[in-house]
Amino acid sequence: MNAKKELQVSAIENGTVIDHIPAEYLFQVINILGLDTCENSVTFGNNLGSDKLGKKAIIKVADIFFEDDEINKISLIAPHAKLNIIKNYQVVEKKIVESPDKVVGIAKCMNPKCITNVEAVTTRFKVIEKTPITLKCHYCEKITDHKHIEII
Amino acid sequence: MDNKSLVSIDDYTKEEILEVLARAAEFEKNPNCNLLEGKVVASLFFEPSTRTRLSFETAISRMGGKIVGFTDSSSSSVTKGETLKDTTKMVSNYCDLVVMRHPIEGSARYASEVSDVPVINAGDGANQHPTQTMLDLYSIYKTQGTLENLNIFMVGDLKYGRTVHSLLMAMSHFNPTFHFIAPKELEIPLAYKIFMDKNNINYHEHTEFNDIINEADILYMTRVQRERFADPLEYEKVKNVYILKNDMLENTRENLRILHPLPRVNEIAVDVDTNPKAYYFEQALNGVYARQAIIAKALDL
Ligand SMILES: [Zn+2]
Repeated sequence: MNAKKELQVSAIENGTVIDHIPAEYLFQVINILGLDTCENSVTFGNNLGSDKLGKKAIIKVADIFFEDDEINKISLIAPHAKLNIIKNYQVVEKKIVESPDKVVGIAKCMNPKCITNVEAVTTRFKVIEKTPITLKCHYCEKITDHKHIEII
Repeated sequence: MDNKSLVSIDDYTKEEILEVLARAAEFEKNPNCNLLEGKVVASLFFEPSTRTRLSFETAISRMGGKIVGFTDSSSSSVTKGETLKDTTKMVSNYCDLVVMRHPIEGSARYASEVSDVPVINAGDGANQHPTQTMLDLYSIYKTQGTLENLNIFMVGDLKYGRTVHSLLMAMSHFNPTFHFIAPKELEIPLAYKIFMDKNNINYHEHTEFNDIINEADILYMTRVQRERFADPLEYEKVKNVYILKNDMLENTRENLRILHPLPRVNEIAVDVDTNPKAYYFEQALNGVYARQAIIAKALDL
């Protein structure tokens, strides 16, 4: 039933398809997952039509199957992303991303007076609300809400 | 060594709060001891705070410890270019405990992670000042005989006042009823209201400062600062509303005590000072005992 959509980006034999990424965050998702330095074949499409998101992006990574905690990192910017695990051109598993309990080194603290914005400190947050995602800085203890989440 | 540090008042459980208060009472009976004999405490004040520094230094001296450090970063050998990480790492090699005051928020937590010895936060910007909270708690405990089931009234700047927020969090272990008296611009932040709702803590908000305080066990006064107002006219409107005068205390409870983190400007009229319910000067002295107890706990002494 997804035949038409799947055709928008060429099919892969084995690997992972990440769908429903907000178009504006495509390159940040690529960065977070380290796909910019990945040697495997990575194809993506951007500004594709989506009923849910307006414009969406899709990424296909050959021969990579992400661990949950790895893929959950993108929930900060792509909370509605869906994963299709592909084996032998068939979707063998579907996954949704889930907000992690902790966020390390991905987001920026919105408090300009926070030590993480003054010195080279890896940011650390506790996720205190999952929808909409709300972060509490481990250092300055200030809240960064979903509207102010900036990816490093 | 992070676990021995005191960075945020939330680092203490209810039991630990009570343990430290009991210890503070012991130090009040016998302030002089040699628990810190042979120990060196680094007192790193990256911004000046004479009141807090003297209180810590008194506590350390009364316990027989030695102090090294600086009183503000410009007069020290810590050059502006050195990172907090490097300063902390270097100093923590020399000493048994670090007491740190720093203008940047989160600096104390970070220092506690890079330090090899425990760190006690003596204030990190607008974030936390847990030793102030412990001395406030000790003052409440001493004057009321308990921390449980009290009516706590907080007055003035409830939006930016970190002492108010930390005291609120700490008192939440003890089934309080809070009354917040503040102008709309300086009301208690939403995050704390959500916290109280989630934890079934009773609270009431008022904008008028009047005989509602007759119900109070503790009246916690804070300063309303001009620079907190975007509109100077708004400040002019409220600046004289949240001032405690002696005649307002006439029908208050016998056990009422008035606290203030000091320094005050004009928010408590001078005629209150001689009222037996005024407690803010004794409150400051309690800081030495509270800090002795906190230091002893950090070093497992
Ligand atoms: Zn922060």
